[in-house]
Amino acid sequence: MSTLLGQSQLQETFELNIGPQHPATHGVLRLKVTMDGEYIVKAEPVLGYIHRMHEKMGENRTWNKFWPNLGRLDYLSAIAYNHGYAGLVERAAGIEVPERAEYIRVITVELNRIQSHLLWFGAFVLDLGGFTPLMYAFDEREQILDLLESVTGSRLTYCYFRFGGVYNDIDDDFITGTRAFIKRFRPQIPMYHDLVTGNVILMERLVDIGHVSSEMCRKYGATGPVLRGSGVNFDIRKNEPYSVYPEFDFDVPVYTECDSMARYMVRMKEMEQSLRIIEQALDKIPDGPYIAEKVPKMIKPVKGDYHFAVEAARGTFSMRTVSDGTNQSYRMRLRSPTYSNLSLFEEASRGMLLADALAFMGSLDLVIPEMDR
Amino acid sequence: MSGYFKYLFDGIKSLAIGLKITNKEFLTKPITLQYPHESVKMTPRYRGHIELIRNDETSTHQCVSCGMCEKGCPSGCISVKSKKVPGVKGKVLTAYILNFTTCSLCGQCVENCKFGAIRFSNEYNLASRRKEDYIFNLLERLHPEGVPEPKVDPELLKKEQEKKEAAAKAAAEKKAAAAKAAAEKEAAEKESAGGESKAEEKS
Repeated sequence: MSTLLGQSQLQETFELNIGPQHPATHGVLRLKVTMDGEYIVKAEPVLGYIHRMHEKMGENRTWNKFWPNLGRLDYLSAIAYNHGYAGLVERAAGIEVPERAEYIRVITVELNRIQSHLLWFGAFVLDLGGFTPLMYAFDEREQILDLLESVTGSRLTYCYFRFGGVYNDIDDDFITGTRAFIKRFRPQIPMYHDLVTGNVILMERLVDIGHVSSEMCRKYGATGPVLRGSGVNFDIRKNEPYSVYPEFDFDVPVYTECDSMARYMVRMKEMEQSLRIIEQALDKIPDGPYIAEKVPKMIKPVKGDYHFAVEAARGTFSMRTVSDGTNQSYRMRLRSPTYSNLSLFEEASRGMLLADALAFMGSLDLVIPEMDR
Repeated sequence: MSGYFKYLFDGIKSLAIGLKITNKEFLTKPITLQYPHESVKMTPRYRGHIELIRNDETSTHQCVSCGMCEKGCPSGCISVKSKKVPGVKGKVLTAYILNFTTCSLCGQCVENCKFGAIRFSNEYNLASRRKEDYIFNLLERLHPEGVPEPKVDPELLKKEQEKKEAAAKAAAEKKAAAAKAAAEKEAAEKESAGGESKAEEKS
């Protein structure tokens, strides 16, 4: 089918611009689509509308001053990005982190992951034409935002981690609040499945649509739920454990269907697994300091090349820095998952119906500020 | 054919299940808040713009104008202005300007302050149409009734004045000595120059 597209003598192809400001693209992403009727011949994503030079900013300021940037890459799972930077500089400068701090980090990161998936869930179904699930998702999401606000002070662009620990300690109110939230959220997930997953219209839109094979994922470097929805069991938390993740018992949901529905299911199951991690972390959390005592004010890592990767809500976020021994980074490299996840869109969307392509794009869970670092 | 009916039946059933949930929610109480009429109470750790902390003993701030917050700020949105007042130890804060349009609420200033002089406020009703409204003078915000004059310590003032007088005296003496030396030097130069001109005349 796809080989015939655009080659018909009777029908000409035409160019269609989606974006840069379009409700279905969730940000300033422009798609230059060559169409043959309702079918896509070629879809070319155009990036760079909100490029802010985050990498360069990391190279012209001290290590401490780069913190606010980490909250503004992926604004939906910003704490995971905080974790990436904290881990990188701690590895480079050899800073020991107290165990309590690591537990606090894991709890907040996982809460943030659930929050991110909830927003994706609502917005994704909104893309497909269902409005009310967004309201259900935001109901729960507000609870998480309130919890995170009570400990980090912000609701979206978190700047909570510090080298050697976190900004401030969690209190008993937060722990009881989180437990109450877990109790409240557990029964909500089957409700979402009843309301949305089983819905015949959603099935028609997602099942067997947007096929992304594991080879294609490897080719473009796709990670996260996109890769796990293609049958590859890869999660940095398991494959390259960092922080205190090895101490928790959790599964990595993997679906082998390779379609949009598989990616949808991976994220829904991931929320359950995150709840499990948070529950275990709340039980195990030790007493002690929440930030290391001997953190130098001016950090000067030894000359060298350092790398640290974390599992953010959208996939593997890895940071690499080259230090020349001064108080600034010589080279800062941020590898964000959505950029790779979007790269496969061009190949995977060939021959797709336009409406299906937008549903497929929603299932990739794109956050534009993160690609346009 | 039976597959078609099964599909039809399953589809309608799934929609009915969804409708059941929607109807259930329809009867529950709304959780939304009518914002301008009611407002949300912020948690104590909520990060609004920074503010100076009032010390109950002195009923003013604790800032010593060291400028560490200014130095630690990634976006350079703080500027601390201070001056020296006779009879007051250290520098006196005259203005603490926060350009809130560029602040990213990261908390580096609060962490960098060794004197516990600043913290995050709980203020979030800050809507405005003008950019100038977001350039805060935190000192004026702390003392809306007017910034009080710094307390002058008479002993310190006396000491300072003595020191100043002594310094002035020393400076005057030094100046006089310098003037004398300069005059001597000038005279010597004149003499030598005179000698030269005389020599020129001769030739």
